[in-house]
Amino acid sequence: MHRQSPILRWRKFPERYRLEGNRCNRCGIVYFPKKELCECSCKEFSSFQLSGKGKILTYTEIKSSPEEFSEMTPYCVGIIELAEGPKITGQITDATVDELKVGDDVEQVFRKFLAVGDSGVIHYGVKFKKIE
Amino acid sequence: MEKVGIIGIGATKFGELWKQSLRDLLAESQLKAIEDAKISEKDIDLIFTGNMCSGDFSGQNHLGSMASEILNLNVPSIRVEAACASGSVALRQGMQAIRGGEADIVLVNGVEKMTDVQTRQATTGLMGAGDEEWEGFNGLTFCGLYAMMARAYMHKYRLTREQLALVSVKNHKHATYNPIAHYHNEITVDQVLNSSIIADPLTLLDCSPITDGSASVVLAREDIARKFESPIWILGSGQANDTLSLHARKSLTEIPASTHAAQRALMQAKLGIDKVNVTEVHDCFSIAEVMAIEDLGLIPRGEAGRIMEEGQTYFDGKVPVNSCGGLKACGHPIGATGIKQVWEIVKQLRNEAGKRQIGKANIGLTHNVGGTGSTVVVNVFGRDRENKGY
Ligand SMILES: [Zn+2]
Repeated sequence: MHRQSPILRWRKFPERYRLEGNRCNRCGIVYFPKKELCECSCKEFSSFQLSGKGKILTYTEIKSSPEEFSEMTPYCVGIIELAEGPKITGQITDATVDELKVGDDVEQVFRKFLAVGDSGVIHYGVKFKKIE
Repeated sequence: MEKVGIIGIGATKFGELWKQSLRDLLAESQLKAIEDAKISEKDIDLIFTGNMCSGDFSGQNHLGSMASEILNLNVPSIRVEAACASGSVALRQGMQAIRGGEADIVLVNGVEKMTDVQTRQATTGLMGAGDEEWEGFNGLTFCGLYAMMARAYMHKYRLTREQLALVSVKNHKHATYNPIAHYHNEITVDQVLNSSIIADPLTLLDCSPITDGSASVVLAREDIARKFESPIWILGSGQANDTLSLHARKSLTEIPASTHAAQRALMQAKLGIDKVNVTEVHDCFSIAEVMAIEDLGLIPRGEAGRIMEEGQTYFDGKVPVNSCGGLKACGHPIGATGIKQVWEIVKQLRNEAGKRQIGKANIGLTHNVGGTGSTVVVNVFGRDRENKGY
């Protein structure tokens, strides 16, 4: 239902399409996804472009998926620690689960996400790929 | 602080209950708890009902009104949602209403009707407990989130896949002694390892099942509860919250909110964790029980593998955990789980747990987790009102 909503996805394009985060103007902590209030209680932020490079902290391969993802199953998902500090959930593409290790270096790639819903809209976003 | 007593408990059978609706389940557990307390429904001042997904799974929201309608009451009746911790959060609301002077007798329910939708739809609905914008968008499932914690934990502490399987083996064994449990079959480590992978490295038998069920308890103010036969006392209660998403968490190998909630509950009870005789922890996936017993301080960090191999977490072991069969084998009707944990601890403290009775139990503890550790409630219960120093 909500997962096919184009509006819900469009709202997050700057983050989903190019990993745009933000940085606290006072203490310099970088956030992704963006935050409105820093741990230091500051509310002043500037946009911050993340490099999309990072390493795998942990990962899994989803074999039993939610219904919207059935066509692409199985797929790998991990938690990536980005070079600039933030940790983010992302799909890890172009590799089987046996080819992944904790600590592997990865970089962002732009890929198709959900195929189509009743709306006929295709969702895109950033995934991660091992750096050989 | 004023003590709150538990004067009645009731639970339905847990399982795939095709013949019973959400309303039927709620009615059954409510009436059982009222009967167990030997009160009239008209004595109830307030009702709380923990539930996560009735809107998604049955198209029915507004459970407060459903719960009071069943009892022909017009008292305030409130639904509480905190994902898989809904039941325990509801219990805390009931306790606080009594402490705050709003009510003398409170009925607290936990209910979930899950089998009216297909597994895939249930999987999507349950992801509402995570961060939909990032975790859900990336196709994660709850098993996937716990699988990532399992991988991180196994990597850090060298827990083996075989050791991890011991959680499910033990909980299935316990469930054979629990009449209301979803499953009554024993399983082996090999069966866990060879069942189908749901989210690597977790298999089907690492996962709690999709279960229907409802549980209810009747709470009473101290002076009222003392007039009842064998009230069980809430000695301490703690809740802690943390980030909605797992990726933003400080640690992937523990659930910090569990430690914080336990500290608050034990401090209120003026007890050390070593005084707890019987514990119900939130084993939605096998790795969750491993982290829970360490987060609560029942065993040293990183030693779960060895301690489970020694059989210490069996109901007749040194650190009895999940004597009812846990979420894995008793079943995990999301909103009902927190109240069912209380039901089991009350059974144990009343010495009514039958073949799974751990022996003489004075102090019991429940640990209920919402999401990946985003909400945690820990409650401590006692047979006696005051800490007798045991
Ligand atoms: Zn700051």
